[in-house]
Order: sequence, then structure tokens, then C-alpha cells
Amino acid sequence: METIILFAPLVGALIAGFGWRLIGETAAQWVATLLLFLSCVLSWVVFLTFDGTTQSIDILRWIESGTLSSEWAIRLDRLTAIMLIVITSVSALVHLYSFGYMAHDENFREGEHYKARFFAYLSFFTFAMLMLVTADNLVQMFFGWEGVGLASYLLVGFYYRKPSANAAAIKAFVVNRVGDFGFLLGIMAIFFLVDSVRFDDIFAAAPQLAETELTFLWTSWNAAELVAFLLFVGAMGKSAQLLLHTWLPDAMEGPTPVSALIHAATMVTAGVFLVCRMSPIMEFAPGATGFIVFIGAATAFFAATVGLVQNDIKRVIAYSTCSQLGYMFVAAGVGAYSVAMFHLFTHAFFKAMLFLGAGSVIHGMHHEQDMRNYGGLRHKMPMTFWAMLIGTLAITGVGVPVVLFTLGGVPIGFAGFLSKDAVIESAFAFSPGGFAFWALVIAALFTSFYSWRLMFLTFWGEPRGDKHTHEHAHESPTVMLAPLGALALGAVFSGMVWYGSFFGYTNQVASFFGVPYAVEGAHEEDGHREASEHGAEGHRETSTEGAEGHREESGEPAHAEEGHGDAAHGDDHGGKPHYVFTGAPGEGAIYTAPDNTVLNDAHEVPYWVKTSPFIAMLLGLAVAYQFYIRRPDWPAKLAQNQRPLYEFLLNKWYFDEIYDAVFVKPAIALGRLLWRRGDGNVIDGGINGLAMGIIPFFTRLAGRAQSGYIFTYAFYMVIGLTLLLTWMSIGGGSE
Amino acid sequence: MENLLSLTTFFPLVGAAILAIFLRGDDAEAQRNAKWVAMGTTLATFIISLFILFDFDPQDTGFQFVEEREWLLGLTYRMGVDGISVLFVMLTTFLMPLVIAACWDVTHRVKEYMIAFLVLETLMLGVFMALDLVLFYLFFEAGLIPMFLIIGIWGGKERIYASFKFFLYTFLGSVLMLVAMVAMFVDAGTTDIPTLMGHNFGSETFSLLGIQIIGGMQTLLWLAFFASFAVKMPMWPVHTWLPDAHVQAPTAGSVVLAAILLKMGGYGFLRFSLPMFPVASDLLAPLVLWLSAIAIVYTSLVALVQTDMKKLIAYSSVAHMGFVTMGIFAINQQGLDGAIFQMLSHGFISGALFLCVGVIYDRMHTREIDAYGGLVNRMPAYALIFMLFTMANVGLPGTSGFVGEFLTLVGVFQVNTWVAAVAATGVILSAGYALWLYRRVVMGDLIKESLKSISDMTKREKAIFAPLVVATLLLGVYPALITDIIGPSVEALVSQVEVAVAEHETATMVAEVQE
Repeated sequence: METIILFAPLVGALIAGFGWRLIGETAAQWVATLLLFLSCVLSWVVFLTFDGTTQSIDILRWIESGTLSSEWAIRLDRLTAIMLIVITSVSALVHLYSFGYMAHDENFREGEHYKARFFAYLSFFTFAMLMLVTADNLVQMFFGWEGVGLASYLLVGFYYRKPSANAAAIKAFVVNRVGDFGFLLGIMAIFFLVDSVRFDDIFAAAPQLAETELTFLWTSWNAAELVAFLLFVGAMGKSAQLLLHTWLPDAMEGPTPVSALIHAATMVTAGVFLVCRMSPIMEFAPGATGFIVFIGAATAFFAATVGLVQNDIKRVIAYSTCSQLGYMFVAAGVGAYSVAMFHLFTHAFFKAMLFLGAGSVIHGMHHEQDMRNYGGLRHKMPMTFWAMLIGTLAITGVGVPVVLFTLGGVPIGFAGFLSKDAVIESAFAFSPGGFAFWALVIAALFTSFYSWRLMFLTFWGEPRGDKHTHEHAHESPTVMLAPLGALALGAVFSGMVWYGSFFGYTNQVASFFGVPYAVEGAHEEDGHREASEHGAEGHRETSTEGAEGHREESGEPAHAEEGHGDAAHGDDHGGKPHYVFTGAPGEGAIYTAPDNTVLNDAHEVPYWVKTSPFIAMLLGLAVAYQFYIRRPDWPAKLAQNQRPLYEFLLNKWYFDEIYDAVFVKPAIALGRLLWRRGDGNVIDGGINGLAMGIIPFFTRLAGRAQSGYIFTYAFYMVIGLTLLLTWMSIGGGSE
Repeated sequence: MENLLSLTTFFPLVGAAILAIFLRGDDAEAQRNAKWVAMGTTLATFIISLFILFDFDPQDTGFQFVEEREWLLGLTYRMGVDGISVLFVMLTTFLMPLVIAACWDVTHRVKEYMIAFLVLETLMLGVFMALDLVLFYLFFEAGLIPMFLIIGIWGGKERIYASFKFFLYTFLGSVLMLVAMVAMFVDAGTTDIPTLMGHNFGSETFSLLGIQIIGGMQTLLWLAFFASFAVKMPMWPVHTWLPDAHVQAPTAGSVVLAAILLKMGGYGFLRFSLPMFPVASDLLAPLVLWLSAIAIVYTSLVALVQTDMKKLIAYSSVAHMGFVTMGIFAINQQGLDGAIFQMLSHGFISGALFLCVGVIYDRMHTREIDAYGGLVNRMPAYALIFMLFTMANVGLPGTSGFVGEFLTLVGVFQVNTWVAAVAATGVILSAGYALWLYRRVVMGDLIKESLKSISDMTKREKAIFAPLVVATLLLGVYPALITDIIGPSVEALVSQVEVAVAEHETATMVAEVQE
């Protein structure tokens, strides 16, 4: 079944890409879409019936050289299962949506066939992404990693006539390659240290890595730290984290369904997935994870500030994505991997919905993307409006603060409310009142502001801009609205339904991720070490049993959540959770070191911490309301008063300009220099100078130039051979 | 069959002889006949060579299909293949029919053109099979003559300068190699390559003209061979002949040059430098590693600013050959496997890229990048194929380009992390120059008036690319096809070098203790 999930999109891509001439464009689109829905249904089956045991399916041999061996294989554990449903669900819906969105594209001329190609790329992307998440070794993962990069390149540059789209496509690929440079070095370092690239072997060796020193470049490094850092550089590229983020906003040049699928829900989260996947290494690399937290928090803050002032509707959402990815990295960096996955999971739904909603607006407004030319659209596009509203409520984190009321231990709120609060609480638990926490809270305020700004500018107020466009503004067809509805379900409920599994108490999370756990010894002060060691020995069996019992009782996640919820609720009143993660690195989908108690601590942060994101959200909403509904003249005034700051934000902190001046231009200048001076003057000059003394002599000798050299050459070869032979016939006697 | 190797090697020569003797006239029919004879010959050669591949036993790390015969002047004619050379033979026989097909539209002195390629094939095959120094030298050096002619007669405007430069570079290397060969004969008393591979050339330090030569005789011999192979590869800084040669060569000539001739240098390192001078190889490996790393970055940067398509791809070839030399002198399984894989894969990819340039050169008669733009509008099939090989050139996993790059990097990381890190930046730079080229030529709107009537690839052109596409993807997805064959021989080679180096170190230590 997993094999079908994996290869159905590839088959779809091939049929749509090459077979459309035979079966027609529409049929090709349907084939690709139906195969994806097949994949999607099977993924849900796998997800819901998954029992926590890591499975592995070998498909084919791949790169083998000495002790290096990587196969094409499928590794199925909880992380994979989560990613499977995220990828296939969003992808299937985006396929469906694209029927409407791509129906009449003004970037192509009458009679040009582009639709089947678009679907082929989408399906190919899905295949590559599935390869990435099902990989059972780092090299196969790198295949998926680069495969999605290729798909992204092709789709960003889909409007190949637009120079800006072509430039953005190259930028996306090359900046990603900078990250891949780190990823590749990480793989090399791992192979050098562990002598394997398979996850099982790497995880098993993680504790040793923490005690190994490795000389890399100028100095000696702790092996685990180095590997974790290098792999994270790869993640920074793919997930558009600060310093390597510049490609993501530009990637909005691609058609909007692409932005929803690739640049919001799936590909850009690959970095988060990588960090979670490598949790056994990360747990032994406090320095590297500290760096991850810093970069994540900085990105969350930076991108949110830029998002405040952008006018292109897609760019606002792009910066929002960048910022939310920062949240995920903070969660992963502090060691709350399940929380990172939680936010990844819910974010996929509401962000895909926001993008598709924006796409619906753009579609209805004849490809106008500047929000300054929108206004009052909620009457023209009621369904789109409702969808976007739900998305906005989800991303800004609307819900009932935990302090007030919960439903059997599960807070009530939109998906983003639950997962974002989980991230912020984890950040606080990791370092109370630290940089990460405050950066995220402020980012939450900004998020609320720019999200509502987008809503108010688009759907409220008076129509602005081209009158004609507004008169013809229309609601999108059903084929585009249906996916919005499906995603809306996810944006509303995915948080509450799976709250316990991702951010419940240790036992719930552990059994969801297939990680062994045990009851914490009552006398932990007395002999903590002994108790836990004993526990590790003895509890492996009991925990497996426990996990199984758990599952029987839970059956479906929806029920599970209720059951767990009660338990969690009880724990809340009982004071302390009673479970700890046990098990060695590599057991289960994620590894949490015994001294990592972030998940527990996150539940016990002070009340003001729990409510702070909610308050930030309210503040953001209030300011946005004041600025864009009550006093629409304020934004312009503020921008005028704070000119330098406004320019600074509008120009994205001048990262593009700086990179252009520091990397791109010098590289080209250096290339020119090496070519003209290096190759031309120095090397050729040197050799020619040497030769000019000899060559005229040859030319005179050999007569005409053209064949002259050849004969000269043949002549010398013959002389050489003669010499050799003579020597040998003389010397041969001595043999 | 006993003479399988000789049959494969000399079959093209027979075809050439038939053309030379029996074909008369230069009218259209004669030209067509010449092409068909050449095509038939190269195809038959490929089919014959398949028997070598099928009967080849990868587990046997010695030479197989060995032929030995008395020859003139008391010399011996010896041929044989092992896991390292057999696939180069296959690469040659596989590519030659495509090369012939690529010159189907040539009308200038067709018969001679075909003869040149057929003779060239024989000589190239001979290089990869020869098991005798004299024989090797003969094939190795004589192979350049048809190449000179191909560039010099059928080449572009500045062909004379190009072949002159080519000659200059090669000449110095050849002389040194010849001297080294004589020295080897004097020392070992034989020209038999398998024997020489087992011969222990002196590695004790001695001083010559007041200079201490560490590694002794091995170092001197190694350097002499290095001079020749480094030029052939070509390695930085003796690479500047290649862009000029490519630019002036006709398309088919470029394909042979990039796909096969460049591999002779790498093959030479594997056949001579490593097994015969292991101590010197070990000693001088850092030098080669650094030259390779510099080559990768330097030529990638230069490729970035090229305005001529062929030059750009030529510089990219030099960068890719940098990975090869780096892998070879990592002297471990992954490095060597990767280097051989990279050479074979580069044979397909660079060949295809030069053919891609050829396709539009045939239509527009210019290689200037600026003369193109927006070709995808009228040439979708071309755009697809060019994209595939661009990505393969960039080293995208799933294409054969990735496997070689990855393995060589993995190999060198174990030896020198600095070199690995510097070389890995090639991953970024190659994406830069390759995609930028693609964008300028293929993407965008079709604005230039001259391009408005350009036509997509013909059936013949598609048929030439088809085998290359299959090979690139197949080897990218299932590289075991190659690694299974080369693996055991590489393993034997690596352990041979390791043993020799260890022995040398023990000997040095003993000597020091005795002093």
C-alpha cells in the first residue's frame, strides 16, 4: 500500500506529462488528480491504522560503493505517516483546485497546451516530496530534497515568458543549493563517522557521536554538533530561514496553487521534518539546537515585521509562512519535536487555505495582486471571504484561553491557536522569558496585525483600483471552492482533534509516536539514576504492552483524543504527569533524551505565559481594526512619519541588495577576472610566451600551418617510438 | 572467442579501410554510402563489444580476454580488460554510432570525415585495452592525429589556433611520458603492463642535482606521467586548450573529445599512476586534490561569465573532471568508484550537452548565447531534453550526474575536509551557470526575429538523444549496473596501493631506526 501511495503520483506525472497528446489534456488532468486522491485515501488509511512500529520496505538497490550502501526504500513511522497525510491531502485538493485556477491563464496564448504540463509538475512534485519523507536513508532523502527543488524550479518558472518568474526560479534553486551544500557535507560527515547513511544505524550511533571529536576545516568539532549544524544548514535553505530566506517571497511568481502546495504546506516544511527526523542527533547537540532556536525565533520575528508592510497579497502570506516556519524550528530546537510537527500539521491546512483563498481572490480579480486595489470584496466573493476568514482566525490563533475553559483538557480554538500556543509554551519552558519566547509573542502580535490587515484591505471598505475589474469581480467556481471547504475543516478541527497526540502528556505523545515510555519512579530524589536505568531495562516490555492497550481503547484518533483529554485533565489536577520517555535513540519516530523535559514543563508554564499569545492576537487585531477600518488614513501617515523604518521593512531589510553586492556581483566579477586575466593573460600568456620561441621554428620546418602541426606531431611521435624501440632492442638483450 | 578484444578494436579500422579503398566519388550517393558504412561499422562494433560485457566476470579482478602475440622487433602485442577499463570500452562503442549519426548533415569531405572517426574509434579502444607500454603509447598518441584532423579540417574559423594550442600542450606531456616509459623499461626490464603494476619501483629518497626527491624514482616517474594525463584530463591550470578546441571542433568532434578523449587522462591515472607508483601517488595526492578543488571553483566561476555556449560547457567539463581527479586521489573505494562513475556519466551528459548546442548551431550557425532566447516556444521537445541534461550536469539525484559527484565527495571527505568543502561549493556554482545558460537560451518570450521560424528537433535528432536519456536516467536510478562491475577491481586497486604505502612506511621506519 505504501508503495502505491508513493508511486501513484509519479505515474500520474508521467501520464499527464507525456500521455496527454494521446488521451487529451482534460483526461490527463483527471488521471493525475484521481491518482492523487487514491494516494490520499490510502495515506489516511495508513495514518489511522498505523500502530507505531517502524516498518521498512525495500524497493531497489541504489548507490553502493564499499561500505556505503543506500537503497530505495520506504521507512514508515509516525513522522512519515503525518507527512503522508499532509502532503497527499493538500496536493489532492490543490490538483482539484487547479482545474478552476488554471482553466484560462492569461500568461498563455490561445491554443497553447500548458494545463497537462502543470498537472504533471504538481504530481511530480508530490512524488518527490513523498520520496523525501519516506526515505530510510539520508541519500534517498537528498533525492527527494533535490527533486522537490527541481519541481519548485519548474513551477516557479511556469510562466516562462515572464523574466521575473525565470529569475525567481533560478534564485529558488540556487539559494536552496546553498543549503544543500551544508546538507551534503552533513551526509559526508555522517558517513565518515558512522560508516552508514541509513537512519537506523545513524540513530544507534548518536550517543557515540556526542563523544566523538572530528576535525573539520580549521578546528576540531564535537561530531554530533557538527552533523546537526550541517544538516540544519540544509534545512535553512529548504525552509527559507533567515539568511537563506530570500528565495521564498520571490517564489510567489509561480501560479498560486503552487504557492499553496509547495511554498506553504509541504516543501518548505521539509526542513522542520529533517530536524525532527534527526532528533536522535539533535538531542546530543545542544549547541546546534540552540542555534536552531535562535534562527527560528529570529526568522519568526523578521518575517513578521516585513509582512506588516507588503502590498502584494501573496507576498504577505509568503512572509507569514516564513515566520510560521520559524515557530516550527523553535519548537524543534527546544526539543519539543512533537510540537514542531503539530504546528507543521495545522499550518499546512490553514496556510494552504489562505493561499488558495488568495488565489480565488486573484482569480476573481483578473490576476490583480495588489491589495491596495482590492476592497469590499466580501459581497462579491462570499464563499472565498468565509474561507479566508476561517484561515485568518486559525493563523492568528483565535480560541478560548486555556485558563478560562477547556473541553475535557483540550483547549477550544482554531488549529493555529492550539499549535502556536504549544510552540510558545515550549519556548518558555525551554528558557523562561528568553529571546525565543519574546520573539515569538511579538511575532504573534504582528501576525495578527498583518493577517487582519490583509482581510480588511481585501474584503472590507470601498472598492479601490480599477473600476472595471471590480465590476467583473466574481466568485470562483465550485471546483475551486470545494478544496477550500475541505481545508477549512482542517483549519478548524485539526488542532483540537489531535491535540493530545502532539501536545498531550508524555504518555499520549509517546504512544502516538511509537516511543517507549514508562511511569516515572515515585522516589526520584533518592535514586534517580538507578530508577531510570532500571526503568529503561524493565519498562520496554511493559510500555509496549501499555501502548497496545492504549491503542485498543483509542481506536480512532477522535476518540483517542477524548480519552486522553480526560487523562490529561486529571493529571492537571493531580499536579504532576507520571510518565517519561524511555528507549534508545531510534526507537520510535522521535527521540527525546531523558533530561529533556520541555514537553512536561510546557504544560506547567505560568498562566500569563499561556494567555500572552492570545493577548498579542487581540492587540494585533485591535490595531489593524483601528488602522484599516476606523481610520484608513493612518497607515499612510505613519509610513510618512517613519519613512526610514517603513522603507527598511518594505525592502525586506535589504537582504536582496546586500546579497547581490556581496555574493552575486563579486562572483561574476571574479569569474571575469579569472577568465580574462587568469586563463587569458597568465596561463595562455605564459604558455604562449614559452611557445612563441619554439613555434615559428616548427612552422618554418613543417611548411603550411594547417596540416603542419599534425605532421610535426606525427613526426615526433615516430621519432619517439623509434627511440623507445631502439633502446629496447639494445636493452632487451639484457632481459 | 579468443580475439574478441582485437576484433572489437580493429573492426572500425576495417570499415575505414573499406571506405578508403572502395568508395569513389563525392556525390550525394557516395556521401550517403559513406555514412551508412560508418554507421554499420560502429553499430557492429558496439554489438561485438556487448559480448565482452556479457562474458565479463566482475569478481575476477585480474585482466580478462587477454590476448598475447609476438610482434615486430621482439615486442609483444598484449590486450586485455579489467573492471576498470571494460566500461570505458563500452562507453566508446556505445557513443560512436551516435557520433556518426550526429554528423549526418555534413557535406564537406564526408568520406574522409567518416574515416577519421572510424580510425579514431580503433585508437581509443586500443588505449583502453592495451596491456603493453609501447602499444599503449602508440594508441594514446596516435589517437590525437585524427582528432587534430577533425578540428583542423572540419572545424570553425580559428581551428588552426585551437589545434596549435592542443598540440603544444600535449607535446610536452608526451615527451615526458615517453622518457618515463623508457626509464620504466630500464628498471623493470619489461613493457608488460600487468607485470609493471606488480613491479616495485624504487621509492627511497635520493637527491638529484642537489634536490632531495622524496619518494625517489616513483615520484619522478609519477610526475612525468602526470604531465601527460593532467593535460588530457584537463586539470587546472593546463586546461585552457580545451575551451578553444571545443569551440572550434565540429559538433561530433566535441562529443568525442568531451565524452571519450578526456577520459584517457583519468584512465591513465588509474592504470599507471596508482598501481605502478603507489607511494608517489600517496605522497602527491594532496597536490592533486587541491588542484582539483581549485579547478572546480575556478572553472565554475569562469563558466558563469561565458558568452559562448560551447565554451561554457567546456569549462563545466573541466569542473566535472575536477571531481574525477579528486576522487581518484582520495584513494579509497568511494572516491575511485565515484571517479569512474563520474567519467562514464560525464561521457553521456557532456556528449548530450554538446549535441544540444549542435542542434541549434545547425539551425542558427551561432554559438553566442545572446543570439537565442525563448526557444521553448517553438522547440518544446528540445527544451525538455536540454532541461534534463542541464539538471544531470548540475548533479541532480536521480540522474547519473549525481552519483559520481556524491561518491567522489564522500571519498575525499574522508581524506581532507577542506578539499571536500571547497569542491562542494561547485554544487552551488554549477546550478548557477547551468540554469542561467538554460534561462537565456530556452526560457523567456521568443522575441528575436531570426528565431521565429526555428523548427523543433527532427526524428533523427531525437533518436540520437534517446539512448543518452535512457543511460543518464537508468544509471541515476540504478547505478549498481556500473558499481557492480567496477567495485571488485577498485577494491583490489585500493588495497594494492594501501599495502604498498604501508610497506614503504615500514621500510622508511626501519631505515630510520637503523641509522
